[in-house]
Amino acid sequence: MAEITFREALRSTLHEALSTDERYFMMGEDIGAYGGSYSVTKGFLEEFGPDRIRDTPIAESVIVGAGVGAAMAGLRPIVELMTINFSFLAIDQIINTASKVFYMSNGQINVPLVIRMASGGGSQLGAQHSHSLEGWYAHVPGLKVCVPADPYDAKGLLRTALKDNNPVIFIEHTALYAKKGEVPEEHYEVPFGKADLERVGDDVTLIGYGGSVSQVLQAADLLAAEGVEAECLDLRTLRPLDVDTIVASVKKTNRAVIVEDDWRFGGFGGELASIIQEQAFDYLDAPVQRICGADVPMPYNRTLEQAALPQPEDVFDAVMAIR
Amino acid sequence: MASIAERSAKTGLVADLRMMMLIRRFEERAAEAYARRKIGGFLHLYIGQEAVAVGAVGALREDDYVISHYREHGHALARGMEPGAVMAELYGRSGGVSGGRGGSMHLFDAARRFMGGWAIVGGHLTTACGLAIAQQKAGEGGVVLCFFGDGAVNEGEFHEALNLASVWRLPVLFLCENNLYGMGTAVERVSAVEEVYKRAQAYEMPTERVDGMDVVAVRESVKNALAHIRLGEGPYFLEALTFRYRGHSMADAELYRDKDEIGNWRKRDAIETLRLSLEKAGTLGEGQFDALQAEVDAEVEAAAEFAENSPEPPLESLHTRVYAD
Repeated sequence: MAEITFREALRSTLHEALSTDERYFMMGEDIGAYGGSYSVTKGFLEEFGPDRIRDTPIAESVIVGAGVGAAMAGLRPIVELMTINFSFLAIDQIINTASKVFYMSNGQINVPLVIRMASGGGSQLGAQHSHSLEGWYAHVPGLKVCVPADPYDAKGLLRTALKDNNPVIFIEHTALYAKKGEVPEEHYEVPFGKADLERVGDDVTLIGYGGSVSQVLQAADLLAAEGVEAECLDLRTLRPLDVDTIVASVKKTNRAVIVEDDWRFGGFGGELASIIQEQAFDYLDAPVQRICGADVPMPYNRTLEQAALPQPEDVFDAVMAIR
Repeated sequence: MASIAERSAKTGLVADLRMMMLIRRFEERAAEAYARRKIGGFLHLYIGQEAVAVGAVGALREDDYVISHYREHGHALARGMEPGAVMAELYGRSGGVSGGRGGSMHLFDAARRFMGGWAIVGGHLTTACGLAIAQQKAGEGGVVLCFFGDGAVNEGEFHEALNLASVWRLPVLFLCENNLYGMGTAVERVSAVEEVYKRAQAYEMPTERVDGMDVVAVRESVKNALAHIRLGEGPYFLEALTFRYRGHSMADAELYRDKDEIGNWRKRDAIETLRLSLEKAGTLGEGQFDALQAEVDAEVEAAAEFAENSPEPPLESLHTRVYAD
């Protein structure tokens, strides 16, 4: 099996869609002549032309709004918002429009729209460029939210997203673009709402998504060295959420630690903890733990920034404290 | 004897008059139903502005899209949506155009390419750009008619949408219904530039101000604009000066304007003006207006009856059609 980067997995999947169906086209800031701020769309403008690879003004609301309108008219737009931080300028279109068209029109009109954006901190980009607000979008009925953590899922989930008939928020953690992983040559898709059981264990369930999956897996290695076998779940999609796999795992291990880059207060991890207590209360041998980003705007200083992000050691300590 | 073209133009005007009367009676009937709590939520009446919807929508082709704001009953009716199904939507019933899920502000009819009433001021101008991308790609000369009010022009989305439409030469007719008030706030109190059409000039598109109380003038301006757009020349901006006789919504006590102002606009009422001119020209004979009124009254009464008798959406439908398959 070939090893490719997360970036290449995304690029080749977008390329495949653009090559096989004229309804797909892309809009976004600097996706064309510049080649994409994370180089995902490099060469697309030359290959597919300016009608299908559309460089937009820096105007996030109309980028998404135009995507919604084009999708309502039967096209399959792929919108790139550069980063999740800029998506807040389009929140009216994402939440007030995209998520509601199908329901409000009583199913007359649907919105097959993929909205891609990079997320996450860790690159010393400061407080305005380091958000991990995946959970905000997962909060909204009518949206689907993908959070791939490796090249295999980046390809498989994006294929599913591109075929979906609803607005899909596709979130790519910036730390992952250069990450390599095995991706098969033959066609496959990763369905929504199916978590990836990354590692099997009996002692504790570690739950991560997107950028935090690598912290989870590193923590599992540290724990194994101490004789603690962690079961590791990569959620892959936050909406729909694979409740069954989460609950089954916690019922087996009797302990859960949730790991996310996002802020703790009001975050997605709280939803996970709530689901676990609702559906596996009698199986829990310890309170559900959450390891989250520090409850502060992200500092620029490297040491402070690393302290603000969940580290494998934090996860290790949390597990050791409840075993 | 009038030429065939003149006769058909006159027949067309009678149809326009009738449609304006239908919209007005529909709105009056909706207000009555609201007062009797048959209709909930917000209800924004279009009374006074009928010439804009009828003049503009009447110039469209079937393959054109219409997208509108939350004061959109008139646009929906002018587009040919069934008065009964529109009224049933106001009632929140399953026979409504949006199955009772949308309400007064969210009328949809995909078959007639009526892509919604939208209730976040300015937001749907961006949606119009996307519909226009599809029209442009289809390459068959289809356009998007996008209605919005004067309140929208200070929103960032207005400027984002006009800029993109111009840069990409999108086939959109931006039609601002300037009724002089954004809710209770007069345009001049909150706009650095009062003449709305001048805002659009900054985006290098043709603009025009038209008398929104004159259905013939609106029709002519819209026809010219559509011809320009269908040639692939990009977007066009029309500002129709008009006036709503009622409050912003049914909850509005109208403390911000005096009765004289409303009275002065009523003297230029679009329905009355057209009636007089058609009667003067002999197109409308004696008693014909009253006959039309009786027809329209009956049609609206039937619409209200349809709404009354339309069943509530089943409770089990609450969680259906959240996502498309």
